[in-house]
Amino acid sequence: MRLALAALLLLVAGCVGGHHPQTIFAPRSDFSHELDGLFKNIFWWAVVVFLLVETLLLIAIARFRARPGAPEPKPIHGHTVLEIGWTLAPALILVFIAVPTMRTVFDTAGRAPEGALRVQVIGHQWWWEYRYPTLSISAYNELHVPVGTPIQVELTSGDVIHSFWVPALGGKRDLIQGRTNRIAFKADSTGEYWGQCAEFCGASHANMRLRVFVQTDSQFQRWVDGQRASPATPAKGSPAEAGQAVFKRSACIGCHTIEGVAQGKVGPDLTHVAGRTTIAGALFPNTTESLHRWIMNAPSLKPGALMPPQNLSPQDLDAIVAYLQSLK
Amino acid sequence: MKSWLTTTDHKRIGLLYFWTAFGFFLIGGLEALIIRAQLIKPDGGLGVSAETFNQLFTMHGTTMVFLALMPLSAAFFNFIIPLQIGARDVAFPRLNAFSYWVFLLGGLFLNASFLAGPLFGADRLSVAPDAGWFGYANLTSRQFSPGPNVDFWLLGLQILGIASLAAGFNFIVTILNMRAPGMRMLRLPVFTWMTLVTQFLIITAFPVITVALVLLMFDRFFGTHFFVPQGGGDPILWQHLFWMFGHPEVYILILPAMGVISEVLPTFSRKPLFGYTVVVYSGVVIAFLGWSVWSHHMFSSGLGPIADSVFAGTTMLIAIPTGVKIFNWIGTLWGGQIRFTTSMLFALGFIAMFIIGGLSGVSHASAPADLQQTDTYYVVAHIHYVLFGGTILGLFAGMYYWWPKMTGRMLSETLGKLHFWLTIIGMNLAFFPMHFSGLLGMPRRIYTYSSELGVSRFNELSTIGAFIIGIATLVFFWNLLRTRWQPITAPNNPWGGSTLEWAIPSPPPVYNFTVIPTVASRMPLWRTERHAPMTPLPEQPPAPIHVPGGSWWPMITATGLPIMAIGAISRTLPIVFVGVAVLVVGIYRWAFEPFEM
Repeated sequence: MRLALAALLLLVAGCVGGHHPQTIFAPRSDFSHELDGLFKNIFWWAVVVFLLVETLLLIAIARFRARPGAPEPKPIHGHTVLEIGWTLAPALILVFIAVPTMRTVFDTAGRAPEGALRVQVIGHQWWWEYRYPTLSISAYNELHVPVGTPIQVELTSGDVIHSFWVPALGGKRDLIQGRTNRIAFKADSTGEYWGQCAEFCGASHANMRLRVFVQTDSQFQRWVDGQRASPATPAKGSPAEAGQAVFKRSACIGCHTIEGVAQGKVGPDLTHVAGRTTIAGALFPNTTESLHRWIMNAPSLKPGALMPPQNLSPQDLDAIVAYLQSLK
Repeated sequence: MKSWLTTTDHKRIGLLYFWTAFGFFLIGGLEALIIRAQLIKPDGGLGVSAETFNQLFTMHGTTMVFLALMPLSAAFFNFIIPLQIGARDVAFPRLNAFSYWVFLLGGLFLNASFLAGPLFGADRLSVAPDAGWFGYANLTSRQFSPGPNVDFWLLGLQILGIASLAAGFNFIVTILNMRAPGMRMLRLPVFTWMTLVTQFLIITAFPVITVALVLLMFDRFFGTHFFVPQGGGDPILWQHLFWMFGHPEVYILILPAMGVISEVLPTFSRKPLFGYTVVVYSGVVIAFLGWSVWSHHMFSSGLGPIADSVFAGTTMLIAIPTGVKIFNWIGTLWGGQIRFTTSMLFALGFIAMFIIGGLSGVSHASAPADLQQTDTYYVVAHIHYVLFGGTILGLFAGMYYWWPKMTGRMLSETLGKLHFWLTIIGMNLAFFPMHFSGLLGMPRRIYTYSSELGVSRFNELSTIGAFIIGIATLVFFWNLLRTRWQPITAPNNPWGGSTLEWAIPSPPPVYNFTVIPTVASRMPLWRTERHAPMTPLPEQPPAPIHVPGGSWWPMITATGLPIMAIGAISRTLPIVFVGVAVLVVGIYRWAFEPFEM
């Protein structure tokens, strides 16, 4: 038994070790710290109750096994004092859980203080759109926020219900068409944090991922300036220029926006696509190879994706990818 | 054959329920194994497509809840309740047959979707439901789910709801009105009590989901906008309606199993149930509170802090009567003479595992903490500790306990113990690691996950565990099957039970009791301080007993419902009318059927 327990602990330790970019156990904001504290409070109560009750059960099983020739057990029908006791004991423990719960419910209701940076998150099957109304910029799948600044996140959906979840920065909340939900957080350290849609939203629910970059003020300002800039104009005679021409005469313009080039609204804006680290809903790294595969046959990589397979010659494909990679 | 199709005998209907539900249990288990096989590897797994995966987890949930666990409980309601209360049958035997046929046909209709693709011009064989067992709007709207998949789901569940409602009323009337003389309410066996409470939950919860499904049907078939935000509807309304049903449904699934182990524990401890009245009342309290907690499934949907804290509070309250039950069960063991039969092992397993599920439940009762847990594998772990570790282990305890009564044949204890240990090892290996995968960031209902999440090892363990459960279930299946070739040798009371079903032969004669017994205590077959055991019933009935003959009409009436559903799903109005005609004629002939056949 003890050996088995030790082996189990080793196994758990072996599994838990390693890198977990989406764990709830590495809180990096005021919001997630509050939830973490609450969870740990409940967890330790649960451990105490678990050990107590399972031990009682094991003692009963071990002590009262039938022995041949033993007398009939006494027919005890109950014990009022004991029963009142084990009604009150869990009630008392629950008070210790309920009080911090209620406090945290109101603390994490999603209202950021005055002067917070507003970010609107709009869920789409299966990608994320972020609008910064006070900065007049937008971003896609990768959210950038400054460290130490309160962020007011306003959540809504363009289609079905999604759920915005970045465990390091806080709990999830649903994106519902026609409603605005709110979360508020203040990140306490810079870094790249992973997140994912948590409400089942159709075929590619598993492929609706996201990243959050928490940056210093100056990094964030530089990023904002970059997003505000007009898209790069390809140099005369460069592969990117050829790519732009292909882009303009292909189906791309029907769905994607590139400022000054196309105004499609179905898919993500590509004006600054080369500035992102990932593509396709944070599914693949933003590399030449992924772009190639994605453009040629998106639905095979992301079931249900609306972008149809493209019938492009290898030269055209290379050109488009070169063009997209020029859009820093 | 004919006698089975027309039977109105509660014992035969119980067996029909058992085998049908067990068949669906195997199908639901197979679906789970494909799900787990796919998730053994990250980044695409074994190549199950997203569409197929979504159908599998939707059908796994729907099948296990509506086609396996509820009807497995119903198998015991049917077989055992009339015996425990000293009755010859249920109050409405033909309605009982009707419930069974509606359940069977509803289940077949739902599962037919796996093969119906070509009929709908789909490019794949299967058009099974794929929007989750909870079918959240507005994903289920025609716009986002254009195929027949969701139609199969909403029509199938409406059919199944009729079966549950009819059975619910039947058993309430049976338990309240058909009790033997002296069987006062507080002398009812606890299994009967929990069944009664469950039936009240069924008749109050199923109308709610029926309303929700009818509204969804109107949205999808007739273009209304109850759940469509662009049309002024509200997808959150669906969530409220679904969980107003869905949470009581959890108790519909667990209370019968709690009833089973409240019978098994005293028998194999040779001690009365500790605190009978408290166990009964806490079951009633759980059911009442079960009505006031539905929004704890919706903490992430933005209900606001006041609603969140109220529902967190009511949810935590449920932990109290549940804890009381667990302590009373341990109190029952305390000072007893415990015999470790397979049935008892499963009952003890229930307590040990249900504690884990209950405690993780408290951790998501806390609304803010739940924001990190909901829709992750942590919740998958929780529901499986409750519904597998609780309901299924409890039902297994009941199967080993009552199988001799139901068939007159004993199950093998050796195979039974193998089944038990494989099940316990398998379920903990499958479900315990899910706590970790969830908290490390793995959402549920995903057909693939990134290798970089660091949850691959946990998923491997879960998959291995799931396959061990599969092997355990095959051992059990073999144990059941092999009894068919054995002679009928089980004594009246093989375990020394205290309740009325053990006073009669195994299997019971068609009339159950030669003489309706008069009950003087809660444990009529046991000697208590104040009562001697009941005198044995005569071997032969002293006077002829009238047993009603069978009837075709319940089954024929039941076929009207899937015909209507087929008409609706294929947009063929005449077929709907055919179904209505079958239903109306069936009910008419049923109502005016001569008393004697």
